[in-house]
Amino acid sequence: MSNEIIKPAKSMTSAAAKDTSPALDFGHAWDYAPAPEATDHVKIQPRYELFIGGKWRAPKSGKYFQTISPSTEQVLSEVAEGNAADVDLAVRAARQAYDKVWSKMKPAERAKYIFRISRAIQEKARELAIVESMDGGKPIKESRDVDVPLAAAHFFYHAGWADKLDYAFHGRRHRALGVAGQIIPWNFPLLMAAWKIAPALACGNTVVLKPAETTPLTALLLAQIFEEAELPAGVVNIVTGAGETGAAVAGHPDVNKVAFTGSTGVGKRIQRALAGSNKRLTLELGGKAANIVFADAPLDQAIEGIVNGIYFNQGHVCCAGSRLLVEESVHDIVVKKLRDRLQTLRLGDPLDKNTDVGAINSKMQLDKIKQLVEAGEHEGAQRYSAPCAIPQKGYWFPPTFFTGVSQSSRIAREEIFGPVLTVLTFRTPDEAIEKANNTMYGLSAGIWTDKGAKIFWMATRLQAGVVWGNTYNKFDPSSPFGGYKESGFGREGGRQGLSAYVELE
Amino acid sequence: MSSILGNGNGHGARSSGNGGPRAPVYPLFTSPPPPVDQVAVEERAASLAKRSIKKATKVAGLRLAIRMMDLTTLEGKDTAGKVRALCNKAMLPLDKDPSIGPCAAICVYPNLVPTAKQALAGSGVKVASVATAFPSGQSPLSVKLEDTRRAVDLGADEIDMVIDRGAMLAGDYAKVYDEIAATKEASGAAHLKVILETGELGSYDVVRRASEIAIAAGGDFIKTSTGKIQPAATPPVTLVMLEAIRDHFYATGRKIGMKPAGGVRTAKQALHYLVLVKETLGDAWLTPDLFRFGASALLNDVLMQLEKERTGNYQAGEDFSKD
Repeated sequence: MSNEIIKPAKSMTSAAAKDTSPALDFGHAWDYAPAPEATDHVKIQPRYELFIGGKWRAPKSGKYFQTISPSTEQVLSEVAEGNAADVDLAVRAARQAYDKVWSKMKPAERAKYIFRISRAIQEKARELAIVESMDGGKPIKESRDVDVPLAAAHFFYHAGWADKLDYAFHGRRHRALGVAGQIIPWNFPLLMAAWKIAPALACGNTVVLKPAETTPLTALLLAQIFEEAELPAGVVNIVTGAGETGAAVAGHPDVNKVAFTGSTGVGKRIQRALAGSNKRLTLELGGKAANIVFADAPLDQAIEGIVNGIYFNQGHVCCAGSRLLVEESVHDIVVKKLRDRLQTLRLGDPLDKNTDVGAINSKMQLDKIKQLVEAGEHEGAQRYSAPCAIPQKGYWFPPTFFTGVSQSSRIAREEIFGPVLTVLTFRTPDEAIEKANNTMYGLSAGIWTDKGAKIFWMATRLQAGVVWGNTYNKFDPSSPFGGYKESGFGREGGRQGLSAYVELE
Repeated sequence: MSSILGNGNGHGARSSGNGGPRAPVYPLFTSPPPPVDQVAVEERAASLAKRSIKKATKVAGLRLAIRMMDLTTLEGKDTAGKVRALCNKAMLPLDKDPSIGPCAAICVYPNLVPTAKQALAGSGVKVASVATAFPSGQSPLSVKLEDTRRAVDLGADEIDMVIDRGAMLAGDYAKVYDEIAATKEASGAAHLKVILETGELGSYDVVRRASEIAIAAGGDFIKTSTGKIQPAATPPVTLVMLEAIRDHFYATGRKIGMKPAGGVRTAKQALHYLVLVKETLGDAWLTPDLFRFGASALLNDVLMQLEKERTGNYQAGEDFSKD
């Protein structure tokens, strides 16, 4: 399928209409041969049970569900579906481990376990990266260079905190919370598990983790790592399943803290369910981030930042730079450069080392993306999609952007969670701020300008938890991450992230 | 010399050597070029190094790299014998496989141009000569222009000139521009490659500005380095120059060539540069007419990799002639 779609412009005065400048040709003069990562040494079991109390247990529900590869639609494995009784067992195991072992252990001993987990992730990096790409559809270069190393880095970083918590809270006394129920999304399966588990363990809590139903495999490999690291039984329990399993984790009366990363809709339901209980809650939800490009920006590097901001992980990123706000005077050149850059994005087999854009995580998500893109076209915005060949099998969507988008358009307001960018313009810094903040979300933002003072001026006015200057989608365990408004509350990472897992006195 | 910034607009009088001291002017060269973000451009160049180039792609890339090579010897101890040997290597890089090569050009000092010209007669391999008081360029313009004319008279097909880095860093962009324009004129029909000596320019912003000046003043190619200064060519500095070439193409449709020189020693590095070109400028630049490697040690490593792909085994270094 080659679906370069540039709708004839009605009221359009943008690049497509008046661009008569010379065009570059990104053809086939020197094509890259396939370079697939070998998978022969990777062992995926035909079936995975629940990991409860240090043992692999068949689910009380008796049910299993299939997990498939979104790039081939092939079944990779079947995974236990935990029900309320299974969750109850897991919470009991976590409580027992907390009371008998983990809360009594010296912090420096806890640190050794966490450090050991970090080292084991590094040792198994290749296997984890391959399974992550198979189960979730993301390009191997991303799971290899971003997801897995960052997951190891989060354990490593928090291993360091475990025996230094006395210095984390300005002298206030701290106490672990108990059992943490953690529900994570499908966009960064292993990394989100690390984000949640590492600080919980460092602060002395035990964990019941529920991975996303489309991407459970790397969390189960992580459970095997816990076994090999001889982490005491019950300190981390992994209960696979879908929404009902997650609801059972969040709703269990003996869970002291709930941490959820996912959609704003589900986040709101969890918050309602927890109202009136004494459970602690952190939510990391959706986003519709503005990536703001000024005329004085290093434009060629800004193009890379735009591409990385929205096409990284197929746009399945809560902090994706999905709204490009570009100063009107450079709109046309930015659009032209962006269109040429899209020619060189390579969509296809996630296991090919040269793939830039992998598969959409699920059919459901693909349908949602398609529906919103149709809405954008219906509203009169001009669509451009990269002319890449789409594989026959699997779920795919070509990197796409819309110009001629109005601030009120659905594609400018709703989170698409796919490789779809909306391009809007502004004239002054004040207008950029107003438009950037004109959203119910507030997770992240990007600023591109050569003027350092302007970055700081903007950053203090943007209602976003993370603001990147002349870069985008950069993550580090020492840097807190979290949202404003309907993007949630609480921070993960850094010293600030620790406070979600302790009671301060 | 007619130009947007040559004599007559108040910027270039002194540098052309036909007037008295010039009144101080704001250091202006048209509008300032777009800024370059050092961190981000280095990150982009590094990400392109991760492309996996295997099998047929590797063989095709390495064969192309050989046809893009300016085999270079620029030493005080160069002799006619050495240059003749290098010419033979350029014409037939691997005696057992005549389908490999030839190289694009031989690059020598002016005194050795006649030797090279004679040795390469009828082969299609070009003779490039450095000129303009290479490598420092610290001579009067008249000397540099005479150097250029002599090299052309001796038979050079291509002139590799150096810019006045002192003027560039002092902000006298008009002098830099005027000297390039004058050298272009002195080169006549010979192709002009403009060496920026990026290792002396200190920042990517200056490299970007120098690239724009060299292009505007009539350079057919822009080239990173003389090979006498470290660092010489690097992937990010090459990317910055390719971006300047791209913006010039967008604005005018004119295709400027690019030559990284110095520091490209391995087949793997050469393939990385080809990836940079392919993904920045596209197919049209994947030709010796628009992309060259300035190198002396690179060829044998490329040949060794090609033989490895053909036979499945690495050959001994001694299997490849050292010229």
